[in-house]
Amino acid sequence: MFKKIWAWIQKFSSPKHFYRISGKMIPWFAVPAIVLGVYALYMGLFVAPTDYQQGESYRIIFIHVPAAWMSMFIYMVMAVSAGIGLIWQIKLADMIAAASAPIGAWFAFLALVTGSLWGKPMWGAYWVWDARLTSELILLFLYFGYMALQSAIEDQRTADKASGLLAIVGVVNIPIIHYSVEWWNTLHQGATVAKFDKPSMHIDMLIPLLLMAIAAKLFYAAIVLIRARNEVLYRERNRQWVKELVEKL
Amino acid sequence: MNGSEFSWSEFLHMGGYATFVWSSYGLALVMVVFNIVSPMIERKRVISRVKRAIKREANSRQTS
Amino acid sequence: MLKAFYHLLARDLRLAFRSRHELANPLIFFVLVVTLFPLAVSPSAEVLRVMAPGVIWVSALLSVLLSLDRLFKQDYEDGSLDQLMLSPNPLVILVLAKVCAHWLLTGLPLVLVAPLLGMFMYVPDEAVGVLMLSLLLGTPVLSLVGAIGVSLTVAVNRGGVLLSLIILPLYIPVLIFGANAVDVASDGMSVRGQMLFLGAVLALALSLAPLATAVALRITASR
Repeated sequence: MFKKIWAWIQKFSSPKHFYRISGKMIPWFAVPAIVLGVYALYMGLFVAPTDYQQGESYRIIFIHVPAAWMSMFIYMVMAVSAGIGLIWQIKLADMIAAASAPIGAWFAFLALVTGSLWGKPMWGAYWVWDARLTSELILLFLYFGYMALQSAIEDQRTADKASGLLAIVGVVNIPIIHYSVEWWNTLHQGATVAKFDKPSMHIDMLIPLLLMAIAAKLFYAAIVLIRARNEVLYRERNRQWVKELVEKL
Repeated sequence: MNGSEFSWSEFLHMGGYATFVWSSYGLALVMVVFNIVSPMIERKRVISRVKRAIKREANSRQTS
Repeated sequence: MLKAFYHLLARDLRLAFRSRHELANPLIFFVLVVTLFPLAVSPSAEVLRVMAPGVIWVSALLSVLLSLDRLFKQDYEDGSLDQLMLSPNPLVILVLAKVCAHWLLTGLPLVLVAPLLGMFMYVPDEAVGVLMLSLLLGTPVLSLVGAIGVSLTVAVNRGGVLLSLIILPLYIPVLIFGANAVDVASDGMSVRGQMLFLGAVLALALSLAPLATAVALRITASR
């Protein structure tokens, strides 16, 4: 019985099969992502009330927070896929991990810049060593390390496995780093009274935030599928099915 | 809703925080567009690469 | 298995002592970097005392980072790494032996030299013991976690900077708690929490890092 399931998984996760199915799946992620995103934007910019303390600048939250959440979420996905690829030798998992990394790094970068832009009107400085921003910066470095290792190793399989292991080591370290930075931040709280106090969340503020978070996940799903398909085409370029497919394109 | 009447100029002004808010949203937009366009360009590049490889192979088979 | 451990440990130490002149390099680097700070910032006691824990710890970090290369590079190049990986002994144990040797050669000297640097940076007497203890607990973690990075980059040409990029984020927790321990001790307060954390991280690193290193070696260095 397990053998049957295993055989099914292997067939399903073959790059060829994945390529075919993912092509059909992309619109199912892309369209809801756009619709939901636009609606969330509308809710966030027009419907959500002005914050009592922070005025209109708090609206950056609708970009900053989902971006930060996504950067963490994608790193998890990356580490899990890499783990699956490493343990069960499923090539597709490696491709998804590799395809996810740049997207995650972009989200981390976005979170950092929007955090900085939020901080400036609030505390007069573009950068403060707030616990969350600092953790986000470290996460960005972890992404860079992953991508740097991937491109430094020539053999594709080795590169995947090595960076996959690095992602797993990173995931184990993230809670430790997070905790250390939180703790470090509380020590030095006196120096900077900067704290990313979320405005006390009115329901009209919470809804666009959550909608944006969902839209971001759908966006990620659509983009990672597109990227993963590119990886498939490139890595399997010597296979017959790829050659036949490309001829028709 | 904020205030009794909605004014576009006030909306764009964002209570004085216009630069910050719109830069953030602008960057987000750039990031979204980049992440859509870049894989599409990459796709075209990969496809043309594979096509070239096929052609090269076909030529070498003909001449050999 | 224990025999293999001691054998490899002894062999690494012996080899290191053959090129004795290289041994002192990380140590000299450590002292040199710390010396740069009074020169660059200010020789005043008030300023240096505040910076001391961070400066000493970051310098220790960088010294270990620079010395990590010796862990596998030589063996990779002359084929002994292949031999180690073919050995019937578990690779995890062999890795542990090599990391142990590395720490004895690089980390331990830093601990022993720390009081001198404490003096350079006006670390109060009550805090010097804590400085040494924090380094004693922390430097093995640096070697252990560093080994993971080295094993991932061993086959990469000029992988030095890549190694730093990969390892430094992972060093941050040890840095935070190690430096803070010395800071807090300088004010005469208890460092129990910090030491417990460092001890816990050491225990975690001891159990997981050699395993990750062995897996990484099999990935990158199998030929």
